[in-house]
Amino acid sequence: MAQTEGAPGMNQTAYETVIGLEVHLQFNTKSKIFCGCANTFGAEPNTVTCPVCLGLPGSLPVLNQSALEYAIKVALALNCRINPKVRFNRKNYFYPDLPKGYQISQFELPIGEDGYVELPSDTEERKIRIHRAHLEEDAGKLIHDPAQNCSLVDYNRAGTPLMEIVTEPDIRSPEEAYFYLQTLKLLLQYLDVSDCDMEKGSLRCDANISLRPQGDPQLGTKTELKNMNSFKAVRLALEHEEERQTKTLQAGKTIAQETRLWDENLQVTRPMRSKEEAHDYRYFPEPDLMPFHLKPSAIDTLRASLPASPHQTCQRLKSDYDLNAYEAGILIQDRDLVDFFEACMREYSETKKIVNWIIGPLMQETNARKKNLKDLSLSAQAFVDLIKKVENGMISNLVGKDVLKIIIDTGQNPDIIISEQGLAQISDASALEQVIQEVLAENQKTVEQIKAGKQSALGFLVGQTMKKTRGKANPKMVNELLQRRIHNG
Amino acid sequence: MISKDDVQYIAHLARIHLAPEEIDGLTNDLEAILHYINKLEKVSIDNIEPTSHVLALHNVSRQDSVQPSLNREDVMNFAATQKNGSFSVPQVIES
Amino acid sequence: MNLHHFTAHQALEKISTKQTSAKDILAALGKKIAETDSTINAYVRISETPVCPSSEASQKASQEASQKASPSQTNQLPYPVPIAIKDNICIRGHETTCSSRILKGFIAPYDATVVERLQKAGVPIHGQTNMDEFAFGSSTETSCYGPSRNPWNPDCVPGGSSGGSAAAVGAHEAIWALGSDTGGSIRQPASFCGVVGMKPTYGRVSRYGLLAFASSLDQIGPITKDVADAALLMNIIAGYDPRDSTSADIPVPDYTRSLIKDIKGLKIGIPKEYFMEGIDPEVNQAVQEALQILKNSGATIRDVSLPHTEYCVATYYIVATAEASSNLARYDGVQYGSRHYPAQPRRNALIDMYEETRTQGFGKEAKRRIMLGTYALSSGYYDAYYLRGQKVRTLIKSDFENVFCDCDALITPTSPTTAFRIGEKMNDPLAMYLSDILTISANLSGIPAISVPCGFSKAGLPIGLQIMTKAFDEETLFRVAYTYEQNTEWHKQKAPLA
Repeated sequence: MAQTEGAPGMNQTAYETVIGLEVHLQFNTKSKIFCGCANTFGAEPNTVTCPVCLGLPGSLPVLNQSALEYAIKVALALNCRINPKVRFNRKNYFYPDLPKGYQISQFELPIGEDGYVELPSDTEERKIRIHRAHLEEDAGKLIHDPAQNCSLVDYNRAGTPLMEIVTEPDIRSPEEAYFYLQTLKLLLQYLDVSDCDMEKGSLRCDANISLRPQGDPQLGTKTELKNMNSFKAVRLALEHEEERQTKTLQAGKTIAQETRLWDENLQVTRPMRSKEEAHDYRYFPEPDLMPFHLKPSAIDTLRASLPASPHQTCQRLKSDYDLNAYEAGILIQDRDLVDFFEACMREYSETKKIVNWIIGPLMQETNARKKNLKDLSLSAQAFVDLIKKVENGMISNLVGKDVLKIIIDTGQNPDIIISEQGLAQISDASALEQVIQEVLAENQKTVEQIKAGKQSALGFLVGQTMKKTRGKANPKMVNELLQRRIHNG
Repeated sequence: MISKDDVQYIAHLARIHLAPEEIDGLTNDLEAILHYINKLEKVSIDNIEPTSHVLALHNVSRQDSVQPSLNREDVMNFAATQKNGSFSVPQVIES
Repeated sequence: MNLHHFTAHQALEKISTKQTSAKDILAALGKKIAETDSTINAYVRISETPVCPSSEASQKASQEASQKASPSQTNQLPYPVPIAIKDNICIRGHETTCSSRILKGFIAPYDATVVERLQKAGVPIHGQTNMDEFAFGSSTETSCYGPSRNPWNPDCVPGGSSGGSAAAVGAHEAIWALGSDTGGSIRQPASFCGVVGMKPTYGRVSRYGLLAFASSLDQIGPITKDVADAALLMNIIAGYDPRDSTSADIPVPDYTRSLIKDIKGLKIGIPKEYFMEGIDPEVNQAVQEALQILKNSGATIRDVSLPHTEYCVATYYIVATAEASSNLARYDGVQYGSRHYPAQPRRNALIDMYEETRTQGFGKEAKRRIMLGTYALSSGYYDAYYLRGQKVRTLIKSDFENVFCDCDALITPTSPTTAFRIGEKMNDPLAMYLSDILTISANLSGIPAISVPCGFSKAGLPIGLQIMTKAFDEETLFRVAYTYEQNTEWHKQKAPLA
């Protein structure tokens, strides 16, 4: 809900925020949607094009079967009704990145309609309805060169298969929009149909936002927001626009229906200058592509081939392994992590230990290295082996974390690492005596404090001992030995 | 039936500029043609499906396999204006 | 007999018995073109080195082709008889302009599928022929290269839009040629020029590489001196193409096996709506005489009705122009062709560029059709025009399906008149559109149709007989056409300029 304090005399109505999101998802098929050009990113301009994706005179489109299957999978994962007959339409408009002067898209018979996305929550069940999900081709890329007063067009991206996912205006806050995007992204990642990477442009988002008086069923005038390059930018743009619209309405003015661009530098939305009139897209059925009849049996086969959703996986982890919501919630953020966890569980049944090692040291490594688990060469076998060694006292917990780093860096087996680097935990009391004596001698003051009753200072001495033994001392043993020496003289 | 304003609007949609002296002639031509075409109103089309495709084909698709692309030289050799391997157009004003 | 007067099958026979060669035929054609094309203006581009594989590559291609070809086709390979093709079919490395200013300088970087097939069959392409700009027209008068002229009377049009191809074949400036047909653009000029012109079933020949006019109506087809050549050419160009989603995956029979003089028991329908007022009496007379010949050959003739005939032209001019308006949106000066800017800025530089490029690049008829098509699709008019047109099309199509339950073929005149004078219909677009009235229905319903010469007017202008059969029944089409042709001598007449 949006409300700001206004000057006296200003309208103090409480407004409800109404948001709809339009997400474009690039599929990671091998080839483009209507031609055999490679579906890649980052190539030199206009080096991955052909008569079809350039829209050259005489060229004709032929649909990529995988693009269709991916689209159906996405629509199913979004709980859409799949239309038994789908077809393509031409959306006609002029723009330099649109080589044919029309985009091949879908209009009255899209792949899926009337679906929903459940936003996971411990409290209320929130469903964001999906109005439609359809398949279309991406346009080329336009880069502006203000110095030269020109714009440059690269058609490498033209013809990339794109799924457009449009919500109903069910979202009620910028925060919820952010949450929807995160939920949607995870859902889509599980399907393996896209990189879902906003930075690379494989996931793009436009937003529509309007305000209406609380309780009013009519929708207010909406503005369309574009040019947000991250989920965070979507939230910020919506927050900014929500505030702008609130102030405008409270001042008694009306909202202009317009498209506004998010300015990342200035952190504001600004109206687009070039949108003079609404487009008349003159949709008509694409004569160069035949319609598709989607047999129920084919849909069922695709449905059966869908992997478990993040939500389903989360439930399963909680019930099968007795994980709590937090633990399961972290694991499901990466399907590979889930697989890894389950592989570990097959080797070793200490659930909590495995979960803690994954959520703790392992994820620290992936975060520090800015990599995903699948990019690291770490087997479940080696990981479990390491955990067992810590549990049975062969190495200390601290050393264990270091060994993990080395396993990831070198791929070597923990036994070899431990023996080569002499990392085995020192649990032999006689071996530790020497060091203990040194530590006590060097820290007389602390010893006096402990004797005087400050037990907490013992930790410092344990730490000193660990330092001297380069982490190898068995901390429990060190603690016991120190206590004995201090109190028994 | 079709006004000069309609004709101007349609011309803009089609990115064609009509000189003032052309508008009258074109409006008359289109008026005559549309008048003829309006004979279609006499046909009963209740419950008739439109024909978008005259061949009863469906589910025409291809395997997801990569084919060679054109060489950039072939793509650009007839380019009106180009720069650094991209096609150059007058600046598109967004905001 | 002069080399350039040969039909393709005659030339093939002479080449295979080493009495002549492709090179000799090319030389003869070149000489003929130099003599008469300044009058006829059939050609827009002659290839200095005809587009065909080198002899070594040609042999290899022929070998591969004969290995891949269906059994029915092997006895006909290779076909080193030079061909002319319409200027709307892409040839790699060659300018292809649709006789429009807006495409001047566009060098196609790829071959159309039909060009690939011609090359595989060893057929050299020696020239590109004139046409109405973007195939919009029935007279080849809207070309940016100036009108082509009828070899029977150079003050008359050769018909259109494949007027260049028809005039070239009619004047024997080409042995055979390819045209394209969207509403009669092969058949009507063939009829005006006294040659054979055939539109295949929609989907029989690949459209990949054909610059689109109306995607659901266009087909490439042969324009030849006789029916046998048309069958031969169809053998080469027809067939499934995975690059064209609208291409039919149906095997191509050997059409030369349909060249038999036997139509005994064949049921021929005469749709009464095609013989209403407006048909020239001489045309009607010639067609009646042709029907008699067919009857004498054993066919039964009966009257049939295609009740929605009167709506064909209106339906066509909605559906075809709508698709055309969209197909021509890509001609915007961004990637190829010439770009223009107005003397004074109007809106912004980009929109100005689009508008000026297209305004200067498109001719009057092209602009008219683009405007009409844009209007038919525009918001508020889509239902009344485009959608309604598509529904009437369904009715037109089912008229034919019904009639073919009891008939094997339909016979009509190809055109209501013989060739009209140059300039006669240019100021009356509707009159021009109505000259397609007899040919348009075959495109709307997707069926094959052929025009064969069936006589002359008193003024010496050719008259064409149109035969139509049901979809994918080109075999019956060729059989009827061949039987008729072989019972007459019309196809052997030579134009004054030939």
